[in-house]
Amino acid sequence: MTSPNMRTLDANQAVASVAYRLSEVIAIYPITPSSGMGEQSDEWAAHGDPNLWGVVPQVAEMQSEGGAAGAVHGAIQAGALATTFTASQGLLLMIPNMFKIAGELTPFVMHVTARTIATHALSIFGDHSDVMACRTTGFAMMSACSVQEAQDFAAVAHAATLRSRIPFMPFFDGFRTSHEVAKIALLEDDDLRALIPMDAIAAHKSRALTPDHPMLRGTAANPDTFFQAREACNSFYDATPGIVQASFDKFAEITGRRYNLVDYVGDPQADRVIVLMGSGADCVEETIAYLNQRGAKLGVLKVRLYRPFPADQLVAALPKTCKKLAVLDRTKEAGALGDPLFLDVVAALHEAEDLGTIAKAPRVVAGRYGLSSKEFTPAMVKAIYDELAKDQPKRRFTVGIVDDVTGLSLSVDGSFDIEPDDVVRAVFYGLGADGTVGANKNSIKIIGEETDQFAQGYFVYDSKKSGAITISHLRFGPRPIQSSYLIRKAGFVAVHQWNFFDRYDVLDMAADGATLLMNSPLPPAQVFDALPREVQQTILDKGLQLYTIDALEVAQQNGMGGRINTVMQTCFFALAKIFPRAEAIQFIKDSIAKSYKNKGAEVIQKNFAVVDATLQNMFAVPVPNAVTTRRTLPPIVSGKAPDFVQKVTAVMLAGKGDSLPVSAFPIDGTWPTATAKWEKRNLAIQIPQWDPAVCIQCNKCAMVCPHAAIRAKVYEPGKLDGAPATFKAIDFKANEFRSADGGPAKYTIQVAPEDCTGCSLCVEVCPAKDKKNPRHKAIDMVEQAPLREAEVDNYEFFLALPEVDRKQVPLDIKNTQFLQPLFEYSGACSGCGETPYIKLLTQLFGDRSIIANATGCSSIYGGNLPTTPYTVNDQGRGPAWANSLFEDNAEFGMGMRLAVDHQMLQAKDLLKRVETAVGPELVEAILQADQSDEAGIEAQRGRVAELKAKLAGSRDVNAQHLGIQADYLVKKSVWIVGGDGWAYDIGYGGLDHVMASGRNVNILVLDTEVYSNTGGQQSKATPIGAAAKFAAAGKQIPKKDLGMLAMAYGNVYVARVAFGAKDAQTVKAFVEAEAYDGPSLIIAYSHCIAHGYDLAKGAAQQKLAVETGYWPLYRFDPRNAVDGASALRLDSSAPKGKIADYARNETRFRMVEQADPARFKMLMELSQRHQADRWSLYQHLAKSHDDAPKAVTPPSAANAKEV
Amino acid sequence: MAVNLTTNYLGLILSNPLIPGASPLCDDLDTAKRLEDVGAPALVLRSLFEEQVTREQSRTVNDFESHADSFAEAGSFFPAPSEFTLGPHAYLEHLRKVKAAVAIPVIASLNGTSASGWLDYAKQIQQAGADALELNVYFVATNPQESAWAVEQRVLSVVDTVRREIKIPLAVKLSPFYSSLSHFAGQLEHVGADGLVLFNRFYQPDIDIEELEINPQLHLSDSSELLLRLHWLAILSGHHKLGLVASGGVHTTADVVKALMSGANAVQVVSALLKRGPSYLATLRHGLEHWMEEHGYESLQDMVGCMNLTRCPDPAALERGNYMRVLQSWKS
Repeated sequence: MTSPNMRTLDANQAVASVAYRLSEVIAIYPITPSSGMGEQSDEWAAHGDPNLWGVVPQVAEMQSEGGAAGAVHGAIQAGALATTFTASQGLLLMIPNMFKIAGELTPFVMHVTARTIATHALSIFGDHSDVMACRTTGFAMMSACSVQEAQDFAAVAHAATLRSRIPFMPFFDGFRTSHEVAKIALLEDDDLRALIPMDAIAAHKSRALTPDHPMLRGTAANPDTFFQAREACNSFYDATPGIVQASFDKFAEITGRRYNLVDYVGDPQADRVIVLMGSGADCVEETIAYLNQRGAKLGVLKVRLYRPFPADQLVAALPKTCKKLAVLDRTKEAGALGDPLFLDVVAALHEAEDLGTIAKAPRVVAGRYGLSSKEFTPAMVKAIYDELAKDQPKRRFTVGIVDDVTGLSLSVDGSFDIEPDDVVRAVFYGLGADGTVGANKNSIKIIGEETDQFAQGYFVYDSKKSGAITISHLRFGPRPIQSSYLIRKAGFVAVHQWNFFDRYDVLDMAADGATLLMNSPLPPAQVFDALPREVQQTILDKGLQLYTIDALEVAQQNGMGGRINTVMQTCFFALAKIFPRAEAIQFIKDSIAKSYKNKGAEVIQKNFAVVDATLQNMFAVPVPNAVTTRRTLPPIVSGKAPDFVQKVTAVMLAGKGDSLPVSAFPIDGTWPTATAKWEKRNLAIQIPQWDPAVCIQCNKCAMVCPHAAIRAKVYEPGKLDGAPATFKAIDFKANEFRSADGGPAKYTIQVAPEDCTGCSLCVEVCPAKDKKNPRHKAIDMVEQAPLREAEVDNYEFFLALPEVDRKQVPLDIKNTQFLQPLFEYSGACSGCGETPYIKLLTQLFGDRSIIANATGCSSIYGGNLPTTPYTVNDQGRGPAWANSLFEDNAEFGMGMRLAVDHQMLQAKDLLKRVETAVGPELVEAILQADQSDEAGIEAQRGRVAELKAKLAGSRDVNAQHLGIQADYLVKKSVWIVGGDGWAYDIGYGGLDHVMASGRNVNILVLDTEVYSNTGGQQSKATPIGAAAKFAAAGKQIPKKDLGMLAMAYGNVYVARVAFGAKDAQTVKAFVEAEAYDGPSLIIAYSHCIAHGYDLAKGAAQQKLAVETGYWPLYRFDPRNAVDGASALRLDSSAPKGKIADYARNETRFRMVEQADPARFKMLMELSQRHQADRWSLYQHLAKSHDDAPKAVTPPSAANAKEV
Repeated sequence: MAVNLTTNYLGLILSNPLIPGASPLCDDLDTAKRLEDVGAPALVLRSLFEEQVTREQSRTVNDFESHADSFAEAGSFFPAPSEFTLGPHAYLEHLRKVKAAVAIPVIASLNGTSASGWLDYAKQIQQAGADALELNVYFVATNPQESAWAVEQRVLSVVDTVRREIKIPLAVKLSPFYSSLSHFAGQLEHVGADGLVLFNRFYQPDIDIEELEINPQLHLSDSSELLLRLHWLAILSGHHKLGLVASGGVHTTADVVKALMSGANAVQVVSALLKRGPSYLATLRHGLEHWMEEHGYESLQDMVGCMNLTRCPDPAALERGNYMRVLQSWKS
């Protein structure tokens, strides 16, 4: 045994390293929080790193987790050592194969970052609900508590599966362990070689399917034999706990780290014991060490092997003195007698008592904790032991929340703190884009690897994609750090954004006497005075020591733009005194040189310059004896916000959502829409300013805005009465809208100053230039701060102006922008290329839309709490939105269509039954209504209102039923929205089926050409030549032509659009698709941060995409295919220029050229040829000729008859 | 009669004076080999632009980092960048490949922006095997605070610094926009330049009067652009010992002859090859041979500089301004 190689890394990296080295085939699919393991494996394979046997494993990205499971199943059947990584919904998709793999007694390991399964809501965070759903599959399950254990158990699982033939699923807690950066002893190749039973590998390979000694698996058995054969595996399961223990023992010989199936820690005479699995166990261990030192007799049982359940070992490990036992589950099995671990423990103890192994089983109670990464702290642990100390402890409890409905929760003393003084604790508040997290990961590495200290880093993000707050929690100490919870009291707090003091309680975690480092644009002498009164008071109460630096100024002066990370990192090292200052500076510089060694001397020099400039710009801030300001914290939301927003949303926005009790929440996950408007984020440093004199009133700015933060209205001049002094208006030039007196109507472009993210897409697309000074456009970006107050008033006045009469709006690009967006201020990235399409959808059809949204970016910015961007018009109508899963969205939307159609037919049927009561004229008018335009829909709404008025109070059962369903007599528009990962990959089967169904659904594919939400993994929409995760060298296979596949049905309306290239065509496609009484598919070019360029240029890049033929525009409308005419209309001109000219603007392509210019050239030539062939094909199909694609009667009408 | 086309440029003995100039021509190894096959005596690679390299570095790093570690589901949005290298790596690698693929001298070209950039990249280019280096001092003097003297001093300083550190021959590619080009050429020679390339061609921004936009563009040259080169070749070759190359406007055999007669040791051809393909180089060479035979020149050296300031029959014609000359010819 040699001294271990200590490294600082997260569990995903550590586990992936083991799995990679011990595998021959790796099938992957991205899902949070396990994506990192797949990405690591792909990178190593791309780099040519070999496995333990000197060969690079085959790494294959599949189309879904179901696909990955199928692939590994095939691989192990064919004799390979295989692995995969997954979590949550992905794990559920693997379950069918898991039963098969286990039933076939096949050695195999899948590594799982345990994550919440979506129920009333999706959650990307950690708990055991996914792994617990697999406990019937026959897989062996191991649970790790820490980064070190996650790595170690991964290796033990690979060894034990080979010996036992039982497939293994080692798991560790999503985020808390998977993403925690910790200093651990790495497993070297020799360690793995010593551990893995090579003879068992040979045995596995001898069972491989091969035509050289053929056999057959996967038979269909019948009642006569299935049962017996199923029992034939029992002895293997019986042997498995022993094999795992033997592997643990061997592991201990090799590494010195000893584990058991169940590990007991605590007082040998403990009277109270907690049983649990996962990261919470370390927190319990840490807490009982503290309490036992103070006289308590407590213990904890850590269950390492959960399946096969080691009942004997559990009973044996439990001190005989134990009187009371709390079994904690990090999952909820609604309706069960108890959660799973509890039931297993109860059964084990009961049997032991029954068999006489123990005299009397302790009293066992069940607790639930930590769902969706809910904090689990020493204070909560103490609360559990305190509960156990009671004569009659709650038999079922929750801890970590306040349950004021069913009263299950335990009271927790929040002030209880056990962290020792020799552990340095530092907390950093940063903004996503400022590099804080990256710098802190780097700091942990420096401290972890340059000192004997142990280190831990954990990072908390909010749910926004633009302007997200990040909180970094760093601990350093002389012992391995077991504190698997957020820092409660920090000796160092850094606030990297000055405006956070107004928005968040950033000093909540500051310990008395802590150091507070601030990034402030103000001179040191003014910093304290500028803080809100409450913050000043806290500083005085806690006796904080203040330091400040204008980090932005230092960064900008040294060519680093807004990246303040290096500045703040240097300040941290200077103040934290972990190293002598000069040494610390050198470590930072060494680290910079290492990080950027392939990225050029210039970048390194700039960073060095920043480091050197930092310390002379950091100053101590004098703290007076008393507060110096009357300015108090601004309210989180306006006082005008609805009650729910005040009481619930605002608390969540303040970062205090943990304090909300059960009663505050909807019982079924149903949330109100229209709440994003109350969250004023003030992200933009610059916002657009309108110059009416230059404006040509084209409304393109409003069209492209991803956040509905620049809007156009046309209105009666008289409505300007009472306008704020700086409110701008001008005569509307065109004739579509006139004043009632025949004169010109008024026109205004208005910015939402606090909702704009400052992306400047609008300014880039603005075509109106001042002829005397063309640099000045009708909208220019200007500083937000001086305008903010006035523009807030202007925007409020603007919103109160009446909306345009929808019946009068011509459906062209300019006039549709007068329609109210019913999707606004989402958390999408600044400059997002998807949201303009969704906003357009809501402008055109939002008041009658039901939206099924696939999981992905659009479900995150569409429905990630605290706020909801879908909103309502002044009649209270707006999009109804739901997310089911990633893989089933087309089917989910089709179900909505079926329900709407059925209820419409039922309402029609009921209508006939109440004809006498409501009058035949009204019935006939409703049944024969033409709802093909806004006027028709409004008229029908009027008729339905009249109908409901007539039905009101009726005792007739038909009338009562119709009263409930009458609204379905008004047209409903069903939209199925998702990204390319869904449409091209995981959901393609369903999408295909729904298109083939002929039902009247509208499918919008927001095509970013990668899995954007999980970090840019390739999909089948990824084009030739682009680098993406899992295609690092540049994809060589062409993008799937989803449009052509859909056109092949003949009855599907298909459009390919790019709003930045031809917005008029985009609007036309949306209108036609919705009007088409059958399935419609719109494939929408969506620029994305994963493309790698300034998204302000998104529209220009879209234009280039269309011009070069990279993204041809077309509409395939089955209604056009009459008299030999083709259904296909090409909407873009013949390609000109080279695709490489388009590609070179984007990092995803450029990085291929930087890595391998010859390959880039080859791929671009391939892409050019492919584009030319595709264009020829489209041209051919667009021609009118006898063999042009034929119209197929839209079958939805026929289908409706069948219903 | 076989004519001798051999010439000495920068100390490199070239089989003929027709060099494919700095351009995308040699971006492709096949084209580079083809140019050698059709008789190119040397190749000049396109310029390595320090500004482009540093911007590329900054931009790529920014694209990688600006969204990294800001969202729980994605720590990054691109594959890990360990597989590719930013900086002059690609250029140097290409230089090595061209060098390995052809037997003729390969001349690299460099445009720096910082003192350290000029020097570091020049060293790396030498290390990568270039036979000579063309310092492309492309610079648009837009700063109203910077004098002509300062602009010249900066160029001289660059040449001086690079000359002290590298051994391979150095040419300086100039623009025609210097106040006293002949004096400046002498100073360049003094600090160690082995030759001058006359002249650089700048981007020619045009104005879109409908969209009110500037369209940067670079048209291919034509023979009319040669006249400015001929004038300065004639003047400089009369005064200095520097090797001289005409670059810009060499399209025909007559153009080649004129450039040589004006004092060029060689010519660089780009636009003509881009228009007509690499084989046009052979056409020009045959044309030159034919012309020399017809006119009784046995060796290129007999021709080089025969019409320069010191040897031409009417040196005053080269020294006078166009206005006077045109006026007089009108009078006569």
